[in-house]
Amino acid sequence: MSTLEAPAPAAEVPAQRPVTFAQALNCALADALAADDAVVVFGEDVGTLGGVFRITDGLTRRFGRTRCFDTPLAESGIAGMAVGMAMNRMRPVIEMQFDAFAYPAFEQIASHLAKMHNRTRGAVRLPVVVRIPYAGGIGGVEHHCDSSEAYYAHTPGLKVFTPATVEDAYLMLREAIDSDDPVVFFEPKKLYWSKAPVDLAELKERYEHRAPERREGRAVVARTGEDATILTYGPSVPTALAAAATAAAEGRSLEVVDLRSIVPFDDETVAASVRKTGRVVVVAEAPGFASVAAEIVARVQERCFHSLAAPVRRVTGFDIPYPAPKLEEHYLPSVDRILDAVDDLQWEDRP
Amino acid sequence: MSQTVENAENPILRACRSFGITPEQYMLPARGEIRMVDPGGRLRPPEEQGTGPGHEYPLPPRDVLLSAYEKLVVGRRVNDQNSALVRQGRMAVYPSSHGQEACQVAAALCLAEGDWLFPTYRDTVAVMTRGVDPLQVMSIFRGEWHGGYDPYERRVGIQATPLTTQLLHAVGVAHAAKLRGEDTVVLAMCGDGATSEGDFHEALNFAAVFKLPVVFFVQNNGYAISVPLSQQSAAPTLAHKAVGYGMAGERVDGNDLVALLATLGRAVDLARTESEPLLVEAHTYRMQAHTNADDATRYRDDAEVQEWIAKDPVTRMRAWLRGEGLLDDAAEARIAAAAEDVAAALRDGMNAEVSVDPLELFRHVYVERTPQLAEQEQLLAAELAREETDQ
Repeated sequence: MSTLEAPAPAAEVPAQRPVTFAQALNCALADALAADDAVVVFGEDVGTLGGVFRITDGLTRRFGRTRCFDTPLAESGIAGMAVGMAMNRMRPVIEMQFDAFAYPAFEQIASHLAKMHNRTRGAVRLPVVVRIPYAGGIGGVEHHCDSSEAYYAHTPGLKVFTPATVEDAYLMLREAIDSDDPVVFFEPKKLYWSKAPVDLAELKERYEHRAPERREGRAVVARTGEDATILTYGPSVPTALAAAATAAAEGRSLEVVDLRSIVPFDDETVAASVRKTGRVVVVAEAPGFASVAAEIVARVQERCFHSLAAPVRRVTGFDIPYPAPKLEEHYLPSVDRILDAVDDLQWEDRP
Repeated sequence: MSQTVENAENPILRACRSFGITPEQYMLPARGEIRMVDPGGRLRPPEEQGTGPGHEYPLPPRDVLLSAYEKLVVGRRVNDQNSALVRQGRMAVYPSSHGQEACQVAAALCLAEGDWLFPTYRDTVAVMTRGVDPLQVMSIFRGEWHGGYDPYERRVGIQATPLTTQLLHAVGVAHAAKLRGEDTVVLAMCGDGATSEGDFHEALNFAAVFKLPVVFFVQNNGYAISVPLSQQSAAPTLAHKAVGYGMAGERVDGNDLVALLATLGRAVDLARTESEPLLVEAHTYRMQAHTNADDATRYRDDAEVQEWIAKDPVTRMRAWLRGEGLLDDAAEARIAAAAEDVAAALRDGMNAEVSVDPLELFRHVYVERTPQLAEQEQLLAAELAREETDQ
């Protein structure tokens, strides 16, 4: 920390007051910076401005320019420099301003960040977090709403997390920063302003005293149900929960599984839910062809074929470039589209 | 120069003040190429060395030069040994730096133990000269793993085949060291073709903006596989690119080991004391094809190759050392024997059958393995167990 800069008070949020997803991420970054001198945060506009989504708000003021700083506007440079800094014992957390703006960094991420540990037979560890605000639902202009998770999930060596709740925004970002593997951390943009009554101090306490069993890569049952399972992640979790609420009013009990982590994938939790309900709809915002949703369907049928009463259905984005703001509602998985898929799950058959 | 250079912290201005020259004089490689020893082995008088105020290069100590010559001879021997091993099928591929050994040796020798070197795929001799075990260096070309050495042991980045991506890793290593207050210098190597890559630009810009002690060392051998430099860049020289980033650029004869040691040595010193990046372009020539899979006769004339034989870095250094009385028959015999020992160890190592462990495929993908990989490892293990039973 720079001695020239007086530390500003931490962004304190009173207990049990509604906290936004963005505030939880900001608090996770601050707590990680405070916990470990090796953590550094950098990217475009993350310093003085606090990031275009204000996720890094106040971090430079509080921790100094050596811990949270702006870089020249060059994503490959940001990612490549992070690789080198991690080689030299730092834990960089880098921000890609928007999903589609991360593509210039793809070579550094896919060819080096993902492979260095393997190429050096384990000698080099690269604990880098690549934060990517992603997906749509915010009326973004072109190149601001891609769901690019499949590119990264398809690249061995990377872990891919995507939180859907305020609590997970905090806990999973801390987990990603503490991971010795590189993590691509997908933040659903449309959830930045979502709120929940969360006590961030209590969350910090809980995170720092968490149980030592396997922590990363766990899915959670976001809503329990008996009749069918909706498998989903990131921005589609609230939509799936809304669909489940509507279905309940209509007398159908849907279980919603929030995958949280795409890599590693929690086959156990997924299979347990599928075996219980026997019917599955996978919901994701990305185009469906060759997607994470496609992978989930494959895994479910490989493991749970004899428990299935119906083919696994997908509700995904269409296989088109992300549409303009006035058209995005037709593209995004909606409650109705999810419920239509649920209706198609061959309710007359028994597994 | 405008406001950017007038920043009191700017190392360029500080350097200019101490040398009594303008930023343009400091940054532009306007003096031509630094050359100390002629192809015939004659030491040039200082006024003919291409130096100028703020760009003075004292002759390195003679014991340093003699030991560097030994590395040069070993490097040449290793290049030729490896090319032979490829022809014998003992190595999958080898991008030889035959002709460029002076650059290779100088790049490694100009660094202190705590510094870092970031090489490309053709910089095997530099990696070895830095002290990495030759057999470990060669395992990447032998095909047993995609890298053979621990980068931390000698502080050498892993050899990279995607061009200039490693320059950004060099920048990151230097940045981390600077944030911790360490005086580490990083030397990052690339070729002339690589200067067209976006990461070349981003690395130089980041290093200059963050004032990092990185020496970017371009070995300009005239060709990117087959494409000549004239189709790669319209810049007056590659070293001129430095000024656009606000750093100093220097050109040096890449086949003159004395000039290379002097130029790179000073660049490393400046990087360390001023915490500034520098760009050094060495003009050299790849005497052989890009790799064994390439046919250089398709894109360059034999006459051109012949011209460069006359500029060979090994014969030039030998002629000068002998002329100076620093190298006698006994010393030559000793050096030749040392080179032969290295080559013999390489031959023996490469001729020995290498054992690979298929299950290692899963071991280093992640620090914390995913359940998916654990499953796949079991699948391969079962397959291997069945093969064993069947035999």
